[in-house]
Amino acid sequence: MSYLHHKLLHLHQRKRRNLINTTPHPRRHHHTAHIQDAPVKGAMKATAMTSENQSRHSQSDLPYVLILKPPPSFLLFGDHFLDSSKFQYLKAYESPLPLPQFLQEHAQSVQAIFSSGLAPVTAETIRLLPRLGLVVTTSQGLNHIDLTECRRRGIAVAGAGTILSADCADSAVGFLIDVLRKISAANRYVKQGLWSSQGAYPLGYKLGGKRVGIVGLGSIGTEVAKRLDAFGCSISYNSRSKKPLVPYTFYPNVVELAANCDALIICCALTDETHHLINKEVLSALGKDGVIINIARGPIVDEKELVRCLVKGEIRGAGLDVFEHEPDVPVELFALDNVVMSPHCAVLTTESFEDLGKLMVGNIEAFFSNEPLLTPVSLDG
Amino acid sequence: MESIGVLMACPMNPYLEQELDKRFTLHRFWKVPEKSTFLSTHSNSIRAVVGNAFAGADAQLIEALPKLEIVASFSVGLDKIDLAKCKEKGIRVTNTPDVLTEDVADLAIGLILAVLRNLCECDRYVRSGKWKKGSYMLTTKFTGKRVGIIGLGRIGMAIAKRAEAFSCPISYHSRTEKPETKYKYYPSVVELAANCDILVIACSLTEETRHIVNRKVIDALGAEGVLINIGRGPHVDEPELVSALVERRIGGAGLDVFEHEPEVPEELFGLDNVVLLPHVGSGTVETRKDMADLVLGNLEAHFLKKPLLTPVI
Repeated sequence: MSYLHHKLLHLHQRKRRNLINTTPHPRRHHHTAHIQDAPVKGAMKATAMTSENQSRHSQSDLPYVLILKPPPSFLLFGDHFLDSSKFQYLKAYESPLPLPQFLQEHAQSVQAIFSSGLAPVTAETIRLLPRLGLVVTTSQGLNHIDLTECRRRGIAVAGAGTILSADCADSAVGFLIDVLRKISAANRYVKQGLWSSQGAYPLGYKLGGKRVGIVGLGSIGTEVAKRLDAFGCSISYNSRSKKPLVPYTFYPNVVELAANCDALIICCALTDETHHLINKEVLSALGKDGVIINIARGPIVDEKELVRCLVKGEIRGAGLDVFEHEPDVPVELFALDNVVMSPHCAVLTTESFEDLGKLMVGNIEAFFSNEPLLTPVSLDG
Repeated sequence: MESIGVLMACPMNPYLEQELDKRFTLHRFWKVPEKSTFLSTHSNSIRAVVGNAFAGADAQLIEALPKLEIVASFSVGLDKIDLAKCKEKGIRVTNTPDVLTEDVADLAIGLILAVLRNLCECDRYVRSGKWKKGSYMLTTKFTGKRVGIIGLGRIGMAIAKRAEAFSCPISYHSRTEKPETKYKYYPSVVELAANCDILVIACSLTEETRHIVNRKVIDALGAEGVLINIGRGPHVDEPELVSALVERRIGGAGLDVFEHEPEVPEELFGLDNVVLLPHVGSGTVETRKDMADLVLGNLEAHFLKKPLLTPVI
């Protein structure tokens, strides 16, 4: 099946959740995910894992991993996509009980929680689970987990590691080229038949030689830098601390970074310190020839101010995968050709789902085998 | 030099037009109602033609201008110029290589990302106001995919360099193998297509490369393959490509050029795995100025009897 038949999935329109056992028809092109449409790779995996787990039901002594809300991968690849012979899932969402009651009932069995990022892992939840030793997430961001409570209780946290970094970086670069070269806008122009009736499309701006400023030079920021370096961009960055071995210019604060670049790319985590980090001062320093790309978290940017700058032409353009109040997007942006948007899907590729699935199962299996986690998150600082 | 007649084949760049106006007697061919009358009237004063990717100097035009000395193209592609005729008559030809290499290569990667990561459809989805909680767009990863390049010249090499930064294994087909590169060579385009995920056309258009991407190549590329064309429309058998896309026998396409620009097959308008651009490969403010300066520089050099900056013939 062509995986390029892009899927628009609606989790609230869940259909029959059967096992995948047929080769998907290559010509089908649905907008809601039906299980039969899943890529062949996922289909084979689900079938294989199921046969491996025939004996699972008889092993009631397998440790439990709590899932609060169904992850997107279950919808795409079936409920058994993340199965393992070493543990079993306890699905809170399948119970009619309200969550606190459900947790109290199973308090003694739950040793780990798996969160896709859809369900917050709050201090309240953690406190109801005295045997909790691990929280595992497939989300790149960690702001949905109460890390302070985890640290206090000595609960280990395992994340996506660097597995999603390439996809995030690819998105960031895609957005930057799109905004500068007007790809989405020009595509609209052609598909409305305007090239033959109205003539040439307005010129875009060259990417080569542009100064790129990366906010947060972690795993994602580093991947972005590596890619844009190959396009002849000069890279500079701001991070919590200067990185001694990188060849890029460090700026001690984001305002200075913005003042010295043509494109600002947000790659940092959302924390108390980074909330509204990109504010009026930063946007003003970026200036009318500057572009901003955000593939991190909406609240890192003062959205009201960004919208005002874009509407007034005070910055050149923006590429935004995330917003302050998703799925609400400021309607003023819909009329702007110099803005490119996507519905928080910078990491949502078929390949990443598969890689992430394997990683999560690997982390949980390591935990229950008393082995080191594959992608532990440091809870210090 | 004000008495030198320069014929501009079609509108291409206001700055270039302005500068040509200042330095020469500029004739705007697209504004001429009766072209043959015009040509016979001005045949003794026109000594230069400025063309581009849409219109250049074919045999008919060259024959009608006996005083023609130089054709300066506002493009790197030469397919709109009858090179054989120019050689025969001792007419110089210049183009605009190098200054546009980066922009074209950037656009090729931009198209790849737009198609695989569905950027245009994602943007359309958000603009529709229909984004609801629990809705996701699932797309295809670019990093690590196999990129096959037809034509490993300046632009092909620049595309390869960029794709390598995405950890893409690179393979290519060219008239001759280039052992100094570390990329994998395939002696035929069909083999190249069969062994890559993304096929990029980056060669020049000649008689040999017309329809170099045909039904066989499209079949070899297959249902999970993507075609990117930043070369020339006639590189591709367009009706074959259109039916392959409509019938979903190929995974997607990013096209900057078409066989009969600005006409684009309407069957492609409704396909969400196809990105269409109005021939903007070199279409940036910065590069078009550099290209214009190169055209002006070549013309000036010629009429001052100095060495041409970027001669082809």
